[in-house]
Amino acid sequence: MANLNQLTVAEAAEKLAKRACSSEDIVRAVLSSIEKTDKQVGAYLTVDAESALAQARAADTARTKGENKPLLGVPIGMKDLLNVKRQPCTCASKILNGYVAPYDATVVAKLRAAGAVLLGRLNMDEFAMGGSTENSAYQPTRNPWDLSRVPGGSSGGSAAAVAADEALATLGSDTGGSIRQPAGFCGCVGLKPTYGRVSRYGLTAFASSLDQIGPLTKTVRDSALLLGAISGRDEMDSTSLDVPVPDYVAQLGGDLKGLRLGLPREYFIEGLDAEVEQSVRVAVAKCRELGAEIVEISLPHSKYAVAVYYIIATAEASANLARFDGVRYGLRVDGEDPLDQYGKTRAAGFGQEVKRRIILGTYVLSSGYHDAYYLRAQKVRTLIRRDFEAAFKQCDAILTPVAPTAAYKFGEKLADPLKMYLGDIFTIPVNLAGICGVSVPCGFTSEKLPVGLQVIGPALGENVILKIGHAYEQATPWHKEKPEISG
Amino acid sequence: MNFVANIGLEVHVQLKTRTKIFCGCPTTFGAPPNTRVCPVCLGYPGAMPAMNSEAIRLTVFSGLMLGCKINPYSKMDRKNYYYPDMPKNYQISQYDQPLCLGGGIEIKLADGSKKMIGLTRIHIEEDVGKNMHFAASSGIDFNRAGTPLMEIVTEPDIASADEALAFLEALKEILAYGGVSDVNLEEGNLRCDVNSSVRPVGQDKLGTKTELKNMNTFKGVYRALSYEITRQISELEKGGRIRQETRRWDDLAGVTLAMRSKEEAHDYRYFPEPDLLPIVLTPAQIDDWARALPELPENRRARMMRDYGIPEYDANVLAVDQAVANYFEATAKLSKSAKSASNWIMTTVLAKLTEQHLAIGELKITPAQLASLVNLVEVKIINISTAKEVFEIMFAQGGEPEEIVKAKGLAQVSDTGAIEKFVDEAIAANAKTVADYKGGKEAALKALIGQVMKLSKGKANPGLVNDLLKRKLS
Repeated sequence: MANLNQLTVAEAAEKLAKRACSSEDIVRAVLSSIEKTDKQVGAYLTVDAESALAQARAADTARTKGENKPLLGVPIGMKDLLNVKRQPCTCASKILNGYVAPYDATVVAKLRAAGAVLLGRLNMDEFAMGGSTENSAYQPTRNPWDLSRVPGGSSGGSAAAVAADEALATLGSDTGGSIRQPAGFCGCVGLKPTYGRVSRYGLTAFASSLDQIGPLTKTVRDSALLLGAISGRDEMDSTSLDVPVPDYVAQLGGDLKGLRLGLPREYFIEGLDAEVEQSVRVAVAKCRELGAEIVEISLPHSKYAVAVYYIIATAEASANLARFDGVRYGLRVDGEDPLDQYGKTRAAGFGQEVKRRIILGTYVLSSGYHDAYYLRAQKVRTLIRRDFEAAFKQCDAILTPVAPTAAYKFGEKLADPLKMYLGDIFTIPVNLAGICGVSVPCGFTSEKLPVGLQVIGPALGENVILKIGHAYEQATPWHKEKPEISG
Repeated sequence: MNFVANIGLEVHVQLKTRTKIFCGCPTTFGAPPNTRVCPVCLGYPGAMPAMNSEAIRLTVFSGLMLGCKINPYSKMDRKNYYYPDMPKNYQISQYDQPLCLGGGIEIKLADGSKKMIGLTRIHIEEDVGKNMHFAASSGIDFNRAGTPLMEIVTEPDIASADEALAFLEALKEILAYGGVSDVNLEEGNLRCDVNSSVRPVGQDKLGTKTELKNMNTFKGVYRALSYEITRQISELEKGGRIRQETRRWDDLAGVTLAMRSKEEAHDYRYFPEPDLLPIVLTPAQIDDWARALPELPENRRARMMRDYGIPEYDANVLAVDQAVANYFEATAKLSKSAKSASNWIMTTVLAKLTEQHLAIGELKITPAQLASLVNLVEVKIINISTAKEVFEIMFAQGGEPEEIVKAKGLAQVSDTGAIEKFVDEAIAANAKTVADYKGGKEAALKALIGQVMKLSKGKANPGLVNDLLKRKLS
C-alpha cells in the first residue's frame, strides 16, 4: 500500500469518494513528505500548511454533507506565477518580494470550485525565463532522480514536487516548453494545452501570445482530469476559446489502431543525445505495436523556431514586465525621481536572465529594428504554423523527443544562454503554432535519468494526444518507477 | 512677408460608457482616490484586459457622424513608455489600424463662408491615472486609469485660432448630439494636443511644428494658439527658425514655453496587443449602428428655420443642445406662434435653468404646458407680465397654466364695463394729467394707462384701456 502522498489524483479522488481516507489524511501525508524531502529537493517556495489543512477539513466537512465534486479534497500545488488570493506570488523574483495576490487566477477559481485544496507555491525560473529553474532568485530546485542535476524549467518546482511525491499534481505554465521539458526531466506527465484552451487570467504574463497553463501529473489520466477542470471560455481572457470542454477522461482507453503518427525528420538531428534518441525510437516502435501507423513528415521551418521565439517572446516580455516599477506593489528602491526609482528598483529586483530578455525584447521592437526582427519573426511564425497544419493533413499526432538531452548538472548550461535556449528546440514550435503537446515518460538513460516522449496534437487535439499518451503509458512500466527520494 | 498657419488637433474625448474600457470599474467622476480600481486597471500581475464593446460602438458611431470610413478590421496595440500614472507602463491604444479613417467637420468662418476641416483618423485607447503632488510627497489616483477615450486626429487644415475654436465647438456639439460623450470640459472629458506651424504664403511645404500638450479648455486653446502663431511668425521674421518641440501653455502669463523634456526622442515600440483579439466589424453591424444616427446640428438648424420660420439666430441658440432643440420643437408644434415659443425658451426658460444650475431634462414644465402658456398670451387671456408670473409658479411647482390663471384670478380683464369703471376713476383722480393730454402732451396718456392698470391690479387688457381712454378724452 502506497503512502497517501504517492497517490495519483484519480486514486485520491476515488479513495475520498469511498471515504477510505480523508482529505486531511492526504494533505498531512503530503505535508510530511514535503517536510521530509523538500530540504533536499527545494520544490516549494512557500507552503501554507495551516491554510491547506483548513481547506482539507472544509472539504471533508463538505463531503459528509453529501458534496462530491471531482477534486473535492485533492491537494494541488501552484507554480509561483499563478495568483492565489491572499498568497504571495513572487514569480521567483526579488521584484515581487512582499506582493500578496488580491485575487484568484481563473484556473485557481476553477480548481476551488471543483473542491481542490490549494497547497503551496512552487519554484521556477524567474518569470518563467529559463529551462533549469536555476534562474530562481530564491533557491535551486534539485532533480529528485539525481540531486546533482537540474529539474528542468521553468516549471522545475512543479515537476520535482510531483516526481518526489511532494504533491499529487501541480499546475505549471508553458511558454516554450516550460511544462513539458521539466516533466520530461523529472519523469512525470506534463501537458501544454492549445493556446486559448485554458484561461490565462491570473497567470503573470511572460509572453502573452505563447503562455499557456497546464497540469504536471503522475499519469496521463490525471492530466486529462485536471485539464477538464481548468479549461473553458473565460470572459476575463479574450483569447480563451469558446469551445465546449469534452470529458477528456472518458475518451481515454483502447489501443492506437487507425491512428497515424508522424515523425518529423528534422527533429532527429545532430545534438540529440544518443540515449534519448534510442528511448524515443523504442517508444515509437511501441506505438506501432499498439496499432498506430508511423509516417515520416516534414516540419521544415522548425529550424527557425528558437530564433523566432527569442524575438517574439522577449518583445512581449519587455512590455509585460514593464509594470514592475515599484510604484504599486513589490520591491521599491527609492530614487531621485520616478525614472530613477524605476531604474534602481528594476536593477535590484530583476535577475540577469530577465534583464537580458527585457533588453533583447526592447531592442527587437525599437524603431529601425522592428521590421527586421519583430515583423519578420511574425512572418516566420506563420510559416511554422502552416508546417503543422500541413503535417496534420498526413497524421493525427506527431511524436518527438521532449528535449535533446536528459537532465543536466547544475551550472552546465548556465554560462551559455544559447546552449540553454537550444534545449527547447523541440517544444518551442508547439507554442509558436498555438497547438498542444504532452510529455510522457518513455524510459531512462544509463544513469537512470528519465527521458520524455512528446506527443504533439493539432489545435484542440488534446483528446487525441491524451489517448495516445495514455495507451503508451499503460503499455510501458516507466510511470510506475519512482526516484529513491520519494517515500 | 505674409504667413499662413497650419494647425492640427489631436482631441481626446472621454466616451460615455458606464464602465472602464478593459474592466468592470465604474467611470464615475469625483470618487475618493483609488476607490474605482481593480487588478486590471491597476496593472496587477496576471490581470488581463477585456474590451468594453460599448466603447467600440460609441467610437464607430462618432466616426459615422463625422463621415469617416469605418475599418472592418482594426486592432489594439501596446504603446510603451514609462510614467508613474500609467499602471502597466504601456498604454493600450491603436497604432496602424485605427477604427475610423478620414471624415471631416464643416465649420463656419467669420465671413459666413464654410470650410471643411479634414480628419485623419479616430482611434480608441485607455486613459491614464492622475499624478497628485503634495507638500512633502506625491501620489497617484488611478480612478481615471482605464477610462475609455477616443482620439480624433485632424489634418493640418486649421488656419487660425478662430478656426480651431469653431472646430472644437462644432465637434463638441456633434459628439453631444450623438450621446457618445458628456463633453464636460470641467471633468476633463475633452482634452487636446495642438500642433501648429507657419509657412510663407506661396510655400507648399509645411513649416516646422510645435506641439502644445493636454489643453483642457477651449479658451486656453484659443489663447495659446493666438500666442503661438504670432510667436512663430515673429521668430521667422527676425530670421530665426522654429524648433520642433513640445511647449507648455502658461495660462497666467499668457505665453507658451518650451518644455525641457526631449519628447520627440520617444520610441514607443508599438506592437499588437496579444491579450486582445482584433476588432472585426461586419457591414451588418455597422449598418445597424448607422440607422440610429441622429440629425446633426447643422442640418437641424436649417430644418428648424424652415419648418418653424424662426430666424437663424434663434436656430443657433436652440440647436446648441439637442435636448433644448427637442423641447423647442415639441413646444412649437403646439403653439400658436413658433417664434413666441422660441422667445420664451431662449430668454425665460434657459435663463432660469442657468440661474438654478439645472438641465432642461429637470424642467418641471412640459412642452405642452409651455405651449399653453404661450397660447394664453397669444389669445390675450393674460398679458406678458402676468404670463411671467404664471411661469414662475410653473417653474417652481409645475402645473397647467390655465389652472394657475384661474386659481389665482390672473385672467386679463377684457370686460369693457369693468375697465370703463377704472378709466373713469383714473380720469377723475388725475385732472392735471388729463389737462396735459388735452393740451397736446401725448406722453400723459401713458401715465393714465398706468393708473388704470394699477387700479385693475394689472389685469386690464392694455389695448382696451388705451382705446377707452382715447375715446373718453377726445
